[in-house]
Amino acid sequence: MSAKNMLFSGFGGQGILFAGKFIAYKGLIEDKQVSWLPSYGPEMRGGTASCSVIVSDTPVGSPIVSNPDILVAMNLPSLDRFEDAVVPGGMIIADSTLIERKVKRDDVTVFYVPATQMASDNKLGNLANMIIVGKLLKEIGDYTEDGLNAALDKVISARHADMKEVNLKAIKLGAEL
Amino acid sequence: MSDKILMKGNEAIAEAAIIAGCRHYFGYPITPQTEIAAYMAKKMPKIGGTFLQAESEIAAINMVYGVASAGKRVMTSSSSPGVSLKGEGLSYLAGSDLPSLIVNVQRGGPGLGGIQPSQSDYFQSTRGGGHGDYHMIVLAPASVQEMAELTVKGFELADTYRMTSMILADGTMGQMMEPVSLDIDVKPAPEKPWATTGTQMAREHNIVNSLSLVPEELEELNFKRYDRYKVIEENETMFEEYKVEDADIVLAAFGIAARVSKNAVDEARKMGIKAGLIRPITLWPFPKAPFKAAAEHAKAFISVELNMGQMIEDVILATESKCPVTLCNRAGGMIPDPKQVLNSIIEINGGAK
Repeated sequence: MSAKNMLFSGFGGQGILFAGKFIAYKGLIEDKQVSWLPSYGPEMRGGTASCSVIVSDTPVGSPIVSNPDILVAMNLPSLDRFEDAVVPGGMIIADSTLIERKVKRDDVTVFYVPATQMASDNKLGNLANMIIVGKLLKEIGDYTEDGLNAALDKVISARHADMKEVNLKAIKLGAEL
Repeated sequence: MSDKILMKGNEAIAEAAIIAGCRHYFGYPITPQTEIAAYMAKKMPKIGGTFLQAESEIAAINMVYGVASAGKRVMTSSSSPGVSLKGEGLSYLAGSDLPSLIVNVQRGGPGLGGIQPSQSDYFQSTRGGGHGDYHMIVLAPASVQEMAELTVKGFELADTYRMTSMILADGTMGQMMEPVSLDIDVKPAPEKPWATTGTQMAREHNIVNSLSLVPEELEELNFKRYDRYKVIEENETMFEEYKVEDADIVLAAFGIAARVSKNAVDEARKMGIKAGLIRPITLWPFPKAPFKAAAEHAKAFISVELNMGQMIEDVILATESKCPVTLCNRAGGMIPDPKQVLNSIIEINGGAK
């Protein structure tokens, strides 16, 4: 892997920024070059939230991901907005609980993950984001349990240490798909 | 894994200021730099420092004036419209030869504008910002690591030359997270015998003031200040060169525009076009030397900016009109895409090889 340009997008409150931060920290721990750039416009306030994440073997140039290798779309507006931007041969992971339509592109790999439903069924609260993270890590061949633990320690503050277990569970659930 | 942590650019500035010994922060919230104030609000009370949310930007800059007069490291931060409000204070700081650090995390303008990233305060920053003959040292970080390092450097330069240093960032640099190491060396602050710290009845009064009603004396003060600026121009200019040695097309860009440009340079090189990049780190003093040198072998320069073309004037001056200089830009909070920059390169080059 030389560079992976990722775009996470969904509603505010779905943990979009957190999922991106987790992936960035995991890259940092594995000695990769990383960047994380959130949307911070008025769109954040109740609308869509998104973040660009780059994990690379070489120094990151522009931190802005306009054409992602991987798009995580957790709601319909996100898929509508970013589907065409994905590079040919790229990957789209969609939360199929919230997105009823199929991806129109036929030159990308698509995974439909009913993450919101799965989170609800498994009493994982609003951790649909981390179920998708699990799927993402598995599909890019970057799923290792050691890495998960270390990265979770970084993104979950000591105050919320009790959340680590459920996050881990959600990631594993996603990776088993 | 190294000792690096992920931090937002804004947070890196705040933590670096504390590392540099700044214990006084005054500010007024404004997007996209509010994390600086939030960080200071959290940290300063724990380390015996002062965090004060002023009633306005104007109040905040005048509080900075007060602490600077007492010889302590002090800062304020804001974004474009807020920095305009500070303009009078910036001029008074310069007229009183006071060291301070000002952060401008720029957003699109003019007026209240928007909240997305911009570089449209280049003129305002590099030409002083307020009224009168003066300069600020203007530092333009292009990574979160530099947000931290240039903050420390900014305090040091401010103290050394008794003037204001400005960190000129933009919304992207403030909001993005990157790995950062906070293991930064800090030079101790120099003695400040001019500071108004109380005479203890043992010395003459120190007076900090920018009023000078005798024109001959005021002229002399201006001359002396510009002598100092000359020393800064000779000693403190900073820049980065990327693949410039053999470049036909040389890009000029700072901050986020430089990162976008670097991508475009790499793409152009893959196509066989000899492109390079000069990234000014100090915007004032402007690094004229590398531009002058590159103009000896380059065919053309492209200034890549998030504004309607401001730095381009300094590029034209520095290259002494030896080469054509064109602009590749977006404005109002938009950021040029590497493809747009690449297309500019291809066009100027007269097509791909």
